[in-house]
Amino acid sequence: MLSSETYTINIGPQHPSVHGGLHVEAIMDGELVKDAIVHLGYDHRSMEKIAENRTYAQFVPYTSRLDYLASQLPTMAYCQTVEKMLHLEVPERAEYIRVIMAELSRIASHLIYVGSLANDLAGVTGLIYCLRDRERIMDMFEMTGGQRMLSSYIRIGGVADDLPDEFFPAVRSFLNDLPQMLAEYEGLITGNEILQARTKGIGILSAEDAIKYGVTGSNLRASGIAYDIRKAEPYGIYDRFDFEVPLGKTGDCWDRTEVRMQEIVQSAAIISQALILLPEGEIKAKVPRVIKPEKGTEVYHHIESSKGELGFYIVSDGGEKPYRVHVRAPSFINMMVLPLISRGYKLQDLIVNLASLDPVLGESDR
Amino acid sequence: MVLEDNDSELLEKHNIFVTTLEKLWNWGRSHSFWPLSYGCNCCPIEMMASGANRFDIARYGYEVFRASPRQADLLLVAGPISLKMKPVVERLYAQMPEPKWVLAMGNCAISGGPFKDGYSILPGVDSILEVDVYVPGCPPRPEALFYGLLELKKKVEKL
Amino acid sequence: MQDSFLDDILKDLQERFPDSLQVSQDEWLTYLLVKPESVQPLMTELKDKHGFNHLANLCAVDYNEEFEVIYHLYSIPLSHRISVKTRVPRDKAQVSSLVEIYPTADWQEREAYDLMGIIFAGHPNLIRVLLPDDFVGHPLRKDFTMKG
Repeated sequence: MLSSETYTINIGPQHPSVHGGLHVEAIMDGELVKDAIVHLGYDHRSMEKIAENRTYAQFVPYTSRLDYLASQLPTMAYCQTVEKMLHLEVPERAEYIRVIMAELSRIASHLIYVGSLANDLAGVTGLIYCLRDRERIMDMFEMTGGQRMLSSYIRIGGVADDLPDEFFPAVRSFLNDLPQMLAEYEGLITGNEILQARTKGIGILSAEDAIKYGVTGSNLRASGIAYDIRKAEPYGIYDRFDFEVPLGKTGDCWDRTEVRMQEIVQSAAIISQALILLPEGEIKAKVPRVIKPEKGTEVYHHIESSKGELGFYIVSDGGEKPYRVHVRAPSFINMMVLPLISRGYKLQDLIVNLASLDPVLGESDR
Repeated sequence: MVLEDNDSELLEKHNIFVTTLEKLWNWGRSHSFWPLSYGCNCCPIEMMASGANRFDIARYGYEVFRASPRQADLLLVAGPISLKMKPVVERLYAQMPEPKWVLAMGNCAISGGPFKDGYSILPGVDSILEVDVYVPGCPPRPEALFYGLLELKKKVEKL
Repeated sequence: MQDSFLDDILKDLQERFPDSLQVSQDEWLTYLLVKPESVQPLMTELKDKHGFNHLANLCAVDYNEEFEVIYHLYSIPLSHRISVKTRVPRDKAQVSSLVEIYPTADWQEREAYDLMGIIFAGHPNLIRVLLPDDFVGHPLRKDFTMKG
C-alpha cells in the first residue's frame, strides 16, 4: 500500500527571513510541519568571555551590540547592575533621560518588528515605511550619543552628556507625528486582510506553556499573563509613570503584533510624561576612577527589554575586571517555543511564527 | 586599425561610440551589482537602512538584493564570521557564479573587530576569501557603505 | 513585604531539608545553598508548594576547585524572588537536570554544558547549542585560554 515519509527542509542560516544567522531544520510531512529543530550559534561572539577581559567601563559599548535594535536597553540594564554592585545613586535628571532613551529604543525595536513582519510576508513596502520613521529616532540618538544605532550614551553612573537643545523639538515633533504614523501602519500593514489571515489563529502559545518555557515580554503578555517588570518590580524611576500594560487573549501571532503596536503608544505616553517631569541637575554621579566592586558581590538585575526579560548576572572578585558576566537573553529563551507553536501548521506559518516571536540573534547567541 | 584619441572624439560628436566588449560588460556590471542578502549581527541593519528610502541604495543601481547566491555577484560580508558560519560563507561564495566580488563591511568582517580576542570569531573575512573593498566602521554609516561601493565600481570599471 | 512570606518558606524548607540547606541573604536576594542531590526535590517543593513558577536564569560560575550552578526563581503573579545555588567539584561536575520541572531549563542547561562543561543528568538532549559540534573544550572555564 502507499506509505509516506517525512523529509527535511533547511531554512537558513543564510535566508532573508531568519533575522540573522539562524538554521531551522523543518521536518515535513507533506505540507505540514511535524517538528522544527533550531540550530543556534551562527552569531556567537564570545561576549561573556570577553567581558572577563575588559574593565567594567570598557564593557559598556559591548552591551549595545547585544540587542542592536533597541540598543540603549541592554546598556541601561548593565549600568544599573554595576550601580547596584557599587551602591551608587544616579542623579534624578539622568534617570529621566535614561527613561526617555529606553522608551525610544523600545519604539525603534517595535517599528523594526512590524516592518520585518511585513517584509517576511513579502510586503516590502511596510518595511520601508517603518525604516523611514525609525530614522528619526536614529537622528535623536546621534544628537545625544554621537552614533546612530549603537550609541553608548548611557554610562555607569548616569549618561554621557546632557541633552542638546535641538533634542527637545525633535522628540516633540516625533511624538506629535506618531499617531499619524500608526494610522499609516494600520492602513498598510496591520489592517491588511492578508496579513490578518496569515497571523490570526496561527502559532497559538497558551499561557501555561509560556510560563513553563520561560517566555517573557510581549510574547507572554499576548498569551494573557500581565507580567511587565516595569510594573512588577520597578527599576530606576518607572514607578513614577502612569502607563498601561496591553494584553492579548489567545496568544496567536496576531495578538503578539497587536500587543507590540499598543506598547508603542504606551512608550510614547511615558516619554511625554518624562519630558514634563524632567528636572534640572547633574547628569552623572561621582563614579570612582577605577571601578572595583567589593570581592564576593554578585548581583542579578533584570529589566523589561523590548524582547522580554533581559538580565545581567555579574560576580566580582574585587578586581577591576568582572569575574563572571552572564546575560539572561530573552530571545534565546523565547525561541525555545518555536517547535512547540509550529507543529501541525504549514511551512509558511513557521516563518510567521519566527517573526512574531521577535528574536534578535545577536542577543540570543551573544 | 587602432583609433587615435581625436578620432574617437570626432566619432562621439556624431553619437558613435567605439569600445571593447570587455569595457561594455564592465560598465554594465559596475553599475548594477546584485548583492547577496547575507549578514550577521549589527552591520546588516545599517545595510537595511541604506536600502531604505532615506539613504536609497537604488540611486546607484545596487538595490537588487538576491536571496540565492546563484543570482548574486557581490558578497557583502556584513558582520563577524563565527566558527559555525565559516563553512556556510565558503559555500555561498563557491555557489556564486563568476565574476564575483567581496566587500568586507564593518570592523568585525575586516579584522574581527571588538571581538578579536574571542574564541569564536574569525580574524576577518580575508582569512578565507579574497576581499576587494574594506569598509571600516562599527557599524559603518550608510554613506560609508556607499563610498565603499563606489570604490568597488571604480575597480570593476578598470578591469 | 517579601520578608514575612520568605520567612514562612524558609521555616518550611529547613524542616524538609534539615541537613543540606544553608541560607544567606544580601540586600537584594535570599540564597539557598544546597547539595547537588537535593536540587531536584527542593525545586519541586519551591514550584509546587510555594508558587515559584518562573525559572528566570540558570548559569554556572567557575570557582577553580568547584563550579557553582545558580538558579534565579520568580513567582509571576506575586513577584517574589529567591535564588538557589549548588556547588559541584571540578572533576565530577554533574547535577541533575530540571527539564521535567521547568521546561525552560532545556536550552539554558545546554548552554551551561556547552560553555562550562557541566553535565546535567537526565537531560533529554544534552548537546552543544552555541558552538560547533566539533569544538574542543569549554570556553568559559578559567583554564581555557583564548588565542588573541
